[in-house]
This record gives sequence, structure tokens and C-alpha cells, in this order.
Amino acid sequence: MQAAVLTINGKQYRFTAPPDQRLLWILRETLGLTGTKYGCGEGQCGACTVLIEGKPVRSCLTTLSAAVGKQIVTIEGLERDGALHPVQQAFLQEEALQCGYCTSGMILSAVALLNRKPNPTDDDITGAMNGNICRCGTYPRIVAAIRQAAQGKSKGSAA
Amino acid sequence: MNPMDLELTRELKQHEINGDLHWFALDRREFVRLFGGGLLVCACVRGLPAQESGRARTTHELPKDLAAWLHIGEDGQVTILTGKVEMGQNIRTSLAQQVAEELHVSVESISLTMGDTDLVPWDAGTFGSRTTPTMGPQLREMAATAREMLLAMAARQWQIDASTLVAEDGRISDPKTKRSLSYGELTRGQKLVKIVEGDPTLTPATEWKVAGQPAHKVDGTAFVSGRHQYTSDLRRPGMLYGKILRPPGFRAKLVSFDDSAAKAISGVTVVHDGDFIGVTAPDLWSGDQALSKLKAQWNVPPQISEREMFDYFRKNADADKSELESPEVSGSVSKAMASAEIKLAQTYTVAYIQHAPLEPRAAVAEWQGEKLTVWTGTQRPFAVRDELAATFRIPTEQVRVMVPDTGSAYGGKHTGDAAVEAARLAKAAGKPVKLVWTREEEFTWAYFRPSGVIDVKSGALRDGTVTAWEYHNYNSGPAAIGTPYNIANKLIQFHPVDAPLRQGSYRGLAATANHFARESHMDELAHAAGMDPLQFRLKNTANDRLRAVYNAVAEKAGWGKQKSGAGHGFGVAGGIEKGGYVATIAEVEVDSKHSLRVVRVVEAFECGAVVNPNGLQNQIEGSIIMGLGGALSEAIHFENGRILNPHFAEYRVPRFQHLPQIDVVLVDRKDLPSAGAGETPIVGVAPAVANAIFAATGERLRAMPLRAGETS
Repeated sequence: MQAAVLTINGKQYRFTAPPDQRLLWILRETLGLTGTKYGCGEGQCGACTVLIEGKPVRSCLTTLSAAVGKQIVTIEGLERDGALHPVQQAFLQEEALQCGYCTSGMILSAVALLNRKPNPTDDDITGAMNGNICRCGTYPRIVAAIRQAAQGKSKGSAA
Repeated sequence: MNPMDLELTRELKQHEINGDLHWFALDRREFVRLFGGGLLVCACVRGLPAQESGRARTTHELPKDLAAWLHIGEDGQVTILTGKVEMGQNIRTSLAQQVAEELHVSVESISLTMGDTDLVPWDAGTFGSRTTPTMGPQLREMAATAREMLLAMAARQWQIDASTLVAEDGRISDPKTKRSLSYGELTRGQKLVKIVEGDPTLTPATEWKVAGQPAHKVDGTAFVSGRHQYTSDLRRPGMLYGKILRPPGFRAKLVSFDDSAAKAISGVTVVHDGDFIGVTAPDLWSGDQALSKLKAQWNVPPQISEREMFDYFRKNADADKSELESPEVSGSVSKAMASAEIKLAQTYTVAYIQHAPLEPRAAVAEWQGEKLTVWTGTQRPFAVRDELAATFRIPTEQVRVMVPDTGSAYGGKHTGDAAVEAARLAKAAGKPVKLVWTREEEFTWAYFRPSGVIDVKSGALRDGTVTAWEYHNYNSGPAAIGTPYNIANKLIQFHPVDAPLRQGSYRGLAATANHFARESHMDELAHAAGMDPLQFRLKNTANDRLRAVYNAVAEKAGWGKQKSGAGHGFGVAGGIEKGGYVATIAEVEVDSKHSLRVVRVVEAFECGAVVNPNGLQNQIEGSIIMGLGGALSEAIHFENGRILNPHFAEYRVPRFQHLPQIDVVLVDRKDLPSAGAGETPIVGVAPAVANAIFAATGERLRAMPLRAGETS
């Protein structure tokens, strides 16, 4: 166990944890940020996706030491002044979810894509999202939500 | 037994899971701690309690008093109580729409308390597409009754005739005097006391204003914001984390066990009860450490492997005669076969597959004195309550099960496996325990969708009339085993087997397997008769609703406008199940290396009066995509009691890259009662794809998952 500091959603969190503890469990169990989900622990499903320095990473495979000193964004950090992020808003409007368990990871993968490519092609969307599994099969709506967010049609706080 | 109960009993039988994961001896000291040292009676007869306490009891009288189902607060907020649970099928929204319709309030003013066994009326569970046809009308009746009571209450207060008053938007108003009272002002938060008798008049679907309209998920914001708390997100004061030591194979017996290194870790408790071994720890890290330090030797007995299972099914069918249902017989198959001009006999198989819900099984268990409270993601909260009561030998009244809206199930979460394990650990630790299964546990220890072998023998005339149909399903199940086609001579039978894997329900039960076999075989017959596969089906059915979805899907897909061949093909399949009518057309491309791509899926679906077109569309699209998984890639591989591919890396589920163009046609029949829709839209996908592959390549694939090039 060692003392550590992580910067998550612009806020500093101090806690103790083993250095090779995975970020997912620190977020969920140590810090209570449960919006990030466990789906497989093997980097295969994308439910645990968070942004580190703007890039989508699998928090289930990311060690604490690899996350120290970096800017981490989780689903809890997307809203601004109580308003949903445009991608969250687009998911809501397209109802791009059923059980919702994959949704946090989907939204963060989509946010990373749109930050990198504001007008993604269909291939861009498939390429960026293919690591995220939606077992309920809402893929058509997720694609539609990403397109909608890209076109700036969804109401929400600025990206 | 009345017909409804009989139907439920039959349905439940197909959902029975063969075997519990655990049976606990328990420990006298723990009983003493729980019950304060009073008289201890322990009926330790293995296997009996779980079967007798809850699961066999399938029917309960539903309460007729309004207050059991519906409450109106002083602020006008309406609370609905139901034993159904939400796991993505969106009934929290569709049931609210139906209540809003009858009670004349906004959807926003309704909240549903779901799946809390202390608060809601008993319910068999959320399965079998039963919520819409049964819970919908149940709640509509309660809401309509409440509306009439509110009208009467206002009439009494104003001393006028209730028939002159109007119930609208949560208020009773008097159009003459313009005075009005909100529902909250009328009830003042008091119970609405009324025994509902007879059948209250319900608003016909043709007059619906709220139901029947596309509605958004009522609490969608909680999900897109990450705020919704699934079972696995819960935390209780003093809560510990649980981990289970799994044996290396099924039916394993513990030979030796050493927990000294694990117990040495600070805060860790090791729980050992029979063949059950688990740990509790103050944090997950210590729990994982402790688990890795447990030393156990197991004896895994030799058992049936995947490569021999189909042979095993045939040779071991019908061992338990009490399980045997009488076959469906009409006419004489042998006579019809003798005079048939076209004769076919083929065998179809389906693999064992796993539901793989993205939220693995999870539970938080907490003992307070003699009372056990468990939060868990299950489709059957009352059955899990009974399972817990039986396992721990306590009255059901002392067990409360609560089901937070769950990260999907697809028929896979009928049992209380994680709940039982968490409760066992919590009992030993004396503190609340959270247990979340790993993905590998989920792929291995959750029950499976049954594999099966299906033999079909058929005869037809050259004009395309099917005259004989003999059908035997081994192990996969009897759901949708019949045929919607008019065939005079039939013999149809399900043959149960003592299965090699722990198997149970799945989205649509065996309807997927039976549709795959039947609709593939119908396609083979059509080609043998030289007929268009769609025309062949229409020729053999007079069912108007089935014909309507076939015609609707054909029109949407442009069936027949483009010819199949040269690696590009179209296939059709359809059927009737659980009150829903479905027809599916798939378009595929197969290249010279047998690489297969599903280009487009078009599906027409009819389930009576549509309650929420938005939610229905989502369910159908999801079913199609899940159906593609079973059709093309999903299969559990196992050998001698071990699962060989318990990871998403090896068990391939549909991803974005596999997404075809999907077109859905909703056939809305406002003149017919609403049926459920969570399952039936999946059944036509695999046969439509298989039939399209044949049209594209001439290769007939008769095994799910389909592998192009396999037979060449």
C-alpha cells in the first residue's frame, strides 16, 4: 500500500492503494466513482473505458502507477454546470441504450473519437467503437447518436 | 389448474435450471449467532429444500386490493408496485405509459417500485415476454379503478354526479363550474381502499393517447450520466468484498484444502462449507490476494465433452419418463411419406451458448439478526427469495430481495447463484458482503442456453404442399416446436436429456433452435420443389397474421427484385411465438475465401397493439443483433467439465464491425391485445441467414453457429 494522488475530472483525490492496483477498482471501490463499469477485466468489452490525457483507455488494465500525474476523465466528469455533454445528450435523444451498462464506456469512447475527429466517417466510428460491446445490440442507435453529436444537433453543454 | 396456471407451469418448466450451484451444511455456531441460541431444527436433506420451498410453487393469488399496486401521494406522485424487474427491456417506461393512459396523469408523475419482495405483490418473474400481456392489463385495471374512485371522491365532495366530471392530467374537474381538485388533494396521501372485482373497462388501443406513442426511457438521464446504481455499484456500511474459489471443472469434489496463507492476510475470513470455498476481505485487493493463496485440490470426474454431445443427446434421450411430454400427432406421417413426391430427412444442431450479460451476476447480502436482505440482479426476485430461504432454512418472510435495474439478463438471470454465495459469506463474516462474478465465472458457472440436435423428416407434393412432418428435438427444448404451416400429417416431439452442462432459459428459450431447424428445412423443401421460398411458405399457411408479416417484410426488403447467386444471397424465415408474429429477410455476401458478411436484415414484427414503438424498435434491433451472434459466432466449447473459451476474446459476440443495415417494419394491430416483444424478434435471424448463405453459395449449413465453407 502506498499513498497516491490522482487527478480525476479536474479534482485531486488522495488515497492509499497498492501500486499495481487497477484504476477501475480505485475509481469504483476506493473513490466511489461507480459510473465506470466492470465488464470483463480483460480489455475486451470497453465497459470500463475512461479518458487519460484525452485518449480512451481500459481502466481495468491500467495500473495506478500508469495513471499518476495524468488527467483522467470519467463519465462523472462530462457534465458542465448540471448540463449533459452533447454526446450524453445525443445518447439520450437517440435512446442509444437498453440496460445502460455499456453506456458510460460507449460515451467516453465516442467523446474521444469526436475530439479527435469532429466529423467521423462510418469507418471511423466502427474503428473507434469496435472495442466496446453492447450486448443488448443498440449499435445502430449508438452510431446514430455519434452522428447526431458530430452534427451538433444535440443540445447540451459545450464539448 | 386453470389454463393460465397451466401455461405458466409449462413455461416455468422450460426455465428450470438443472441443479443448484451449492448446498450448504451451514455451521451450528452461525445458527446460534443468528437465532440467539434457541432451538435449532435443521432439516438437512440434500436437494429437497430448494425444490420444495419455492420453485415448485408456481401459482399465487394476486392481490385484488388496489393499494397493493398503486398509491397516490399528497403531491400527486403516483407509485406503482410490481414484481417485474427492469433489465433493459424498457418496461419501466411501457408500464408507466399504460398506467398514465388509464389514470389520466403524465408519465413523469409515475414512478415504479419494481422487484422488491417486501413491498410489491408476488410475481413469478420477468420472463417469457409476459410483462406486456399480463402485467400491462393488471396495472391498467388498477389505474382505471383508481380513476373511477377519484371521480367518485370529487363527486361526493361537490355533491354532484360523477358522470359530469372529467379526469385529466392528474386532476378531477367540473367543466360547468371550472373548479378542480388534484389527485393528491383528493387522496391526501391516504390509501385507496378498494377490492377490484370484475373487469374494469379499459381504454381501447384505438383511443390511446399516451400508450401507443413513442416514449423515451423514463430515467434515461440516470444511465447516460453514470448515476444509476446497479447491484455491483452498491455499498453498505462496513461492507466486505467476497470472492469464490472455483473448482477447475464441473461436478468437482474437494480433496484437500489449505487456507493458512490466505487467513494470514489482515481482515480476511475464509469460508469453507462442503465444496464451497470463499473469502471475505475489507477490500478487493486483499480478497484477490487471499483467493490466490488458497490451496485446494479437486477431483474432477470424467464427463461428456462437446465433441460427443450430439451423440450423447440421442443415446440418452427420455431417460426420465416423467419429464416426457406426449408428442403432437395428427394424421399418419408414414402413410403421407409413402405417397409424397418430395422426401427429405435432415439433421440440425445448435451449440451451447452463454447469455453473457454485460453486468455479471452480482449481489450484496446483509444479515440483521434473523433477517436477510439481498440486492441482486435477477429476473425472479421472489424465486430468489425462496431459494435463499431454503438454502439458509429460514422462513421466506425473513428474506428481502431487492433488484436494482439490472445490466441485462436475456433469460440468464433466473437463479440466485450470486445472492446465495454472498449471503453465505455475509453470514460467516457477520458483515454485509458484495460479490461480483468475474467474466470468467460468468462464462463458466452461469447456466447455459441448451445445445440440441433436431431431426426433421418431411414429405411434399410437387406443387409445394407439405404433407408430412416428423420432428424430434433432443435436449434443446420444446418452445415453438410446432409448425405454423398447415400440414395434415405430423409427429412432433421433444426429447429431454440429463444434460452435460447446467442449462436453462435463454431469450426465446428453444424457439431459436426450433425456428432454425424448421425454417431451414422449409427452405430446403422449397428448393426441392423448385419454388420461391417465400411463396412456398405463403402457400402452406393460412394464418393471416403470419402472412401479413411475410408480406410486409417482403415489400420492405424488395424480395425477388434482385436474384441470389454468385456469392450474394437473400434468405427468408418466419414464425409465431409468445403471441408475436415475425418474418425476417437476410441479405449476405460470401467471398471465395468463405468470408461471410451479413449486409442487411429486414424484419417485420407484429405483437398486437404496440405500447411504445420506440422501445419496441430498440428491442427488435437488439434481438436481430443478438440473433446474429448465435447464428454466426457464439459457441461454448467444453471438454471434460471445463469451459475452453470463457473470455470475450474467444467467445465472439457481435460488435460494431458486424452491424448490418437493419430495417424494421412494425405492424401495429390496435384491434388486438398487446403481446410481449423481448424474445420473438430473435427467432428468424439464424434461419434467414442460413437460407441466404444457401442462396448465395449453394452450401446448406445445418449447424449453429453457421460457418461458411464448412461442408465443402
